[in-house]
Amino acid sequence: MESTIVKSIDYNAYFGDNHVVKNVNIEIPRNSVVAVMGPSGCGKTTFLRGINRMHELIPGATAKGKIMLNGEDVMEMHPIFVRLKIGMVFQRPNPFPNLSIYDNVIAGYKLNGIKLPKAEKDKIVELSLSRVALWNEVKDSLTKKGSFLSGGQQQRLCIARAVAMEPEVLLFDEPTSALDPISTSTVEELFHELKKNYTLIIVTHNMQQAARVSDKTAFFYVGELVEFDDTKQMFTNPTDIRTQNYITGRFS
Amino acid sequence: MESTVDNNLITRPENILGRVITSAKIRDAVKGIKRIKRSHRQIKAENVFRKTIIIIALATVVLVLGIMLTLILQSVLSIKATGIGYLWGKTWDPVRDIFGAYPFILGTILTSFLALFISIPFSFAVAIFLGEYYPKGWLPNLLKNTVELIAAVPSVIYGFWGLAVLVPIVRSLETKIGVQPVGLGIFTSSLILAVMIIPYAASLGQSMIKMVPSNLKEAAYSLGATRWEVIRSVILPYTKSGLFAGILLSLGRALGETMAVTMVIGNTSLIPKSIFAPGNTMASVIANEFTEADHPVYLSALIELGLVLFLVTVVINMVGKRLTKQFTN
Amino acid sequence: MKAQSNVKYRIGKSTGFQVLTITLAFACVVPLIFILIYILQAGITKINWHFITNLPKPVGEVGGGIANALLGSMIIIGCASVIAIPFGILCGIYLSENKTSKLAYWSRLCVDILQGVPSIVIGIVAYFWLVKPLGGFSALSGSAALAIMMLPIIIRSTEETLLMLPDSLREAAYALGMPFHRVILKVIIPCGISGILSGVMLSVARIAGETAPLLFTAFGNPYLSGNIFKPMQSLPLLIFNYATSPYNDWHDLAWGASCILLIFVLLLNIFTKLITRKWKVQL
Repeated sequence: MESTIVKSIDYNAYFGDNHVVKNVNIEIPRNSVVAVMGPSGCGKTTFLRGINRMHELIPGATAKGKIMLNGEDVMEMHPIFVRLKIGMVFQRPNPFPNLSIYDNVIAGYKLNGIKLPKAEKDKIVELSLSRVALWNEVKDSLTKKGSFLSGGQQQRLCIARAVAMEPEVLLFDEPTSALDPISTSTVEELFHELKKNYTLIIVTHNMQQAARVSDKTAFFYVGELVEFDDTKQMFTNPTDIRTQNYITGRFS
Repeated sequence: MESTVDNNLITRPENILGRVITSAKIRDAVKGIKRIKRSHRQIKAENVFRKTIIIIALATVVLVLGIMLTLILQSVLSIKATGIGYLWGKTWDPVRDIFGAYPFILGTILTSFLALFISIPFSFAVAIFLGEYYPKGWLPNLLKNTVELIAAVPSVIYGFWGLAVLVPIVRSLETKIGVQPVGLGIFTSSLILAVMIIPYAASLGQSMIKMVPSNLKEAAYSLGATRWEVIRSVILPYTKSGLFAGILLSLGRALGETMAVTMVIGNTSLIPKSIFAPGNTMASVIANEFTEADHPVYLSALIELGLVLFLVTVVINMVGKRLTKQFTN
Repeated sequence: MKAQSNVKYRIGKSTGFQVLTITLAFACVVPLIFILIYILQAGITKINWHFITNLPKPVGEVGGGIANALLGSMIIIGCASVIAIPFGILCGIYLSENKTSKLAYWSRLCVDILQGVPSIVIGIVAYFWLVKPLGGFSALSGSAALAIMMLPIIIRSTEETLLMLPDSLREAAYALGMPFHRVILKVIIPCGISGILSGVMLSVARIAGETAPLLFTAFGNPYLSGNIFKPMQSLPLLIFNYATSPYNDWHDLAWGASCILLIFVLLLNIFTKLITRKWKVQL
């Protein structure tokens, strides 16, 4: 299998006339954790949302260029197919408030109208919840509402929901920014486990987090991809002066 | 960790396109093909749904244009026959084919404004009470809900109650002050209307009053103003346009109200001589005579009344809504 | 000393005004309570099994009921709901999903206009759209007129409810690869169901007592009828016709009918208030 899973070619994104992502070319290797960092407003979240075509849900938002997933351009595919293959976890935990924990995990199947036998559903729920290390905590309360869990648990439930669809890539948009430090470390530990099965792309504005969890790091600045390299290399010996300024805290 | 459980147990969704079949199992392949079809159906359904809601949104516009157009088209006959003089023609005599709407326009204005005049002190009292004096607590809450219930009572029931209870009271009042004791008439209609329109100005007014920034009020209090002075010199001027919008909404409601008025106004096409005299409003004359209109011009003249009523209420409501929006922004 | 007495005067004035406001505010409730008590007193004694299962008797005969009006009201309101509820909810969905489109602007404007149109005018329009083409008064034309009156309430409450749901909910659903219609029908609507439902119930409460648009559409019918293409009796029409008649027996029927209608409408209103308060999805 090819080692590159996601590859963007001259990707540009706009909000109306506002050019927020400029000519991004990046190749993301399979089964790796890639951190995307940069000061706020640098287009990192927009780029992330472009990968699974969530960007265009915002009125007035447009995009140009290519994003290849396994050699196929997602811009040519119907967004539904794209999103089934590329899962996403958001800044704030957003379990469906009207569904139980069990139903939240299989929401992708249930709400898409895909009928599965009960045994298969049980298996998916157990496997997905185990993968996010939540199974032992909630296995006795699967019928309770998802909103009943703590923030960190809710976020892991959301990851389980994405994992249950067996995507190839998981996108995380600042997944821990709404969590307390303990929940944050639980979620961070998950990344190491998850990368065995998926490719993870994580947007973060927390440099320490990028350094802790990622194999490779991309640095965005004012809409441009400034530098993309192995995380160690990037934090010890950045090539671009802007990256250097950022990681040494010259600007925030 | 159980992450080693083989992935084939779970039907991998990439099968949906059937492109990357990681699982060799035929069962999964068949499922995959089914899913491709399913997802394509989903995409079709999505497009149908998007189009449906656009058509429905369009339909609301068509509906309102249709209402306007129907009224105009059906009034053409009367407009041709009576011209602009229709509006101030003092005689309405279908038998002789004379159609002047003045008695009804006057009747409508009299009942509505008299009702407004009576109801404003009450609705403003409710608005100030709920907006300023006691915004929270069970008693204000109860009052708020009860006042809202006033709007919920069907107008035909107001009319019936007016007929049975209010008319005799007004009649004895008329005997006392020495006018002809009919009981039915403009005054009785106004009384009922006044009750019916209280909630409109009250609920809008209280939400406006609640929006007055507290730093403005505090500034006035810090200068030693009493509560009444704060209300009079800070709250009322600040919410002026909002309160006016509430009055307009109440007025719009009063102008269009049909049943309660029809039942107690006395239904005569003569110009009312005083506020105690019987009369007719535009809405009540339509309700009374529409099914009796036996020739086209007569019917058309009634519809022209409907058109005038429609235009007036639309303008009043739109101005009211615009003011409310301006205020809330 | 003068300033002192002035302050006293001002405080007195302020207190006086406060007392006046409170008095007037609570005075509003008095007519409502009077009406409620009067109608309950006059009507409740008339209501029994015979009353709700029998047809009105001709003048002079004892007894008689309002079965035709009850059935008619149910049918007319039912048909109106069947027309207005899907239409209104779908339009509300459009308005909440396309906040800034041109069509949304015009549609919103038209909904505002519709809300202010006097009910009698809607009756006239329904007469020309349905009664004349169909060749006679019919329950269906009455339902259509009432449906038009329900629309603004349902559309507005749906739109407002859906706008209050956080975008994160929509995003979560889209990110799972759900198509637009499933996002709306399976996620957005279930989460906003209490608001939508309360709008629907309010709209039913509003039209249940509407008389004016029925005068020249459903028209009324002294006999029991279930045919929606024929004239049909309804509670408010019956109240209007019998209340304005000179016969005491008929007045009694009208009081009984008023009582039923009033209780139905008030309960629906109160119930709506309760569900919106209690039955909210936790977000």
